[in-house]
Amino acid sequence: MTGATLPHDTAPRLRTLGQDLLGLALIALAGLAGYALFPDNLAFLTRVVSVALLVLSLDLIVGYCGIASLGQGALYGTGAYAAGIACLHGVTEPFLLILIGAAAGAVMGLLMGAVMLRAHGLPQLVLSIAIVQLLHEAANKASSITGGSDGLSGMVPAPLFGVFEFDLWGRSAYFFGLALLILVFAALRFIVRSPFGMVCRGLKEDPLRISALGIRAFPVLLKMFAISGAVAGMGGALAAIATQVVGLDSVSFEISANALVMLVLGGIGHLYGALIGTVIFMALEHVVAAINPFHWMTLVGAVLIAIVLFAPRGLSGTLDEAARLLTRSRWRAGR
Amino acid sequence: MSTLFEVSNLSKEFGGLQVSRDISLALAEGERLALIGPNGAGKTTFVNLVTGRIRPSAGQVRLGGEDITALGAVQRVRRGLVRTFQVTRLFPDMTPEEHVVMTILQRHGRATRIFARFHGDSAARDEAAEILATLGLTEVSSRKVATIAYGQQRLLEIAIALAQRPKVLLLDEPAAGVPSADTPRIEEALAQLPPSLAVLMIEHDMDLVFRFAKRVVVLAAGELIFQGLPAEVARDAKVREAYLGSYAHAGS
Repeated sequence: MTGATLPHDTAPRLRTLGQDLLGLALIALAGLAGYALFPDNLAFLTRVVSVALLVLSLDLIVGYCGIASLGQGALYGTGAYAAGIACLHGVTEPFLLILIGAAAGAVMGLLMGAVMLRAHGLPQLVLSIAIVQLLHEAANKASSITGGSDGLSGMVPAPLFGVFEFDLWGRSAYFFGLALLILVFAALRFIVRSPFGMVCRGLKEDPLRISALGIRAFPVLLKMFAISGAVAGMGGALAAIATQVVGLDSVSFEISANALVMLVLGGIGHLYGALIGTVIFMALEHVVAAINPFHWMTLVGAVLIAIVLFAPRGLSGTLDEAARLLTRSRWRAGR
Repeated sequence: MSTLFEVSNLSKEFGGLQVSRDISLALAEGERLALIGPNGAGKTTFVNLVTGRIRPSAGQVRLGGEDITALGAVQRVRRGLVRTFQVTRLFPDMTPEEHVVMTILQRHGRATRIFARFHGDSAARDEAAEILATLGLTEVSSRKVATIAYGQQRLLEIAIALAQRPKVLLLDEPAAGVPSADTPRIEEALAQLPPSLAVLMIEHDMDLVFRFAKRVVVLAAGELIFQGLPAEVARDAKVREAYLGSYAHAGS
């Protein structure tokens, strides 16, 4: 063998780090802009952040592992109920509640993964629906613990850092949620670029090639289900802290299906799409539903059809492609 | 040389249809063996049986003296039984370097670590660079696989296999689909394989077989019909019959 080595260029590494920092700064800026522009809608914005965590968690499964799921609400709802129940039992520290949501979501992720990974394709999708429906029904029946159809209420989280109350204005909840989203997003960007993240990408492309490398798919995918569960669980816990109510809608097929729609809308497989899709879908829902509460889904449906037909990689994928084309034409012009 | 890899009386039935019958062969350390056979002879089934993709109805597969018949495909790979694919199975959005680094990380048990940077393992990257340089892939090492030539993709398949440090390597038609102008590059890569590595090559290109293999086995209708030297294979009546059918008689 020759002693040739590849140049271990630090430039791409710095470029990636720069892109990540820019991305995080943009999320923070968008968050602050949201606060400045809609100071009276902080409860809605916090809900956007909480659902963004759910959609990010779905991107890990769908975008990075190639597993379609219509049951991600099971993980989100588990986190919400776990945090809500813990809060009613005297655990009021918000950071601890988020951790409880994450842990409960991760455990549910493991269980869900263990069941779903026994099937492939359509049966796998059906299993995901069955799991969320089963949990929905369980939450409905176990009313002594979950509040049933009335939901859990009466939680009073302790003030953030002992100072900032989770009050009606929703300022503490919003900034708490925004900080959580930025931290989680940074962690996920790191995870998807780890050796584990690369293997997940490989599994999405060609599981047979991965097994020919001597890597067993099941434990890798199960690990991703647990991570996804933790992220969704944190989203659920944030919703529980912010609204101080946990309802059956948090563990429903509807929220699961909406999450998938948001992900497709934004673009799968690079995390940014999850955020873009969530913001656009929920903004549309918020604005159009206020104008016409009965037919707002028609507009969302039309937008989705347009995206699938004209921008199949989702909005973020199309923006990415446009930026690449622009850079290339500039480069050509500069030659 | 001692036997490293051994297949004994391997058979496979699919619902009463016998697709592999009593196949036995042995491979010594450093040996270069070619498996040939007409279309439909059961070569792919044989590879799948040996690599653990499908379970045999009867027979044994042994590697380094250990019976690995009951082991799954992944366990066999981890014990050093490695294969390449007839049609390349690569990740189009990854670079050749990423393919080889992932393979090296797996060999070291680090492929599924979460708290590490994939591109931050300089030892793995150095080793990957060496392997890619050996196969003449340095220039394309940072390009997405989807954008490199098919011949280079075939070489990358070999690079991945080498990065696994196998004991036994099954090369499934390494030159399949490669333009004839690029075949010498594949052949050169095969000639550079580590001398101690036992290689079983499944190939249609007879020129390549004759230049590469020291011994040839012929499979026809799921049965081994010939084992011997490359020089003898074309003279064997059974082989002529299998390849040419009634035309062999017509010509004789």
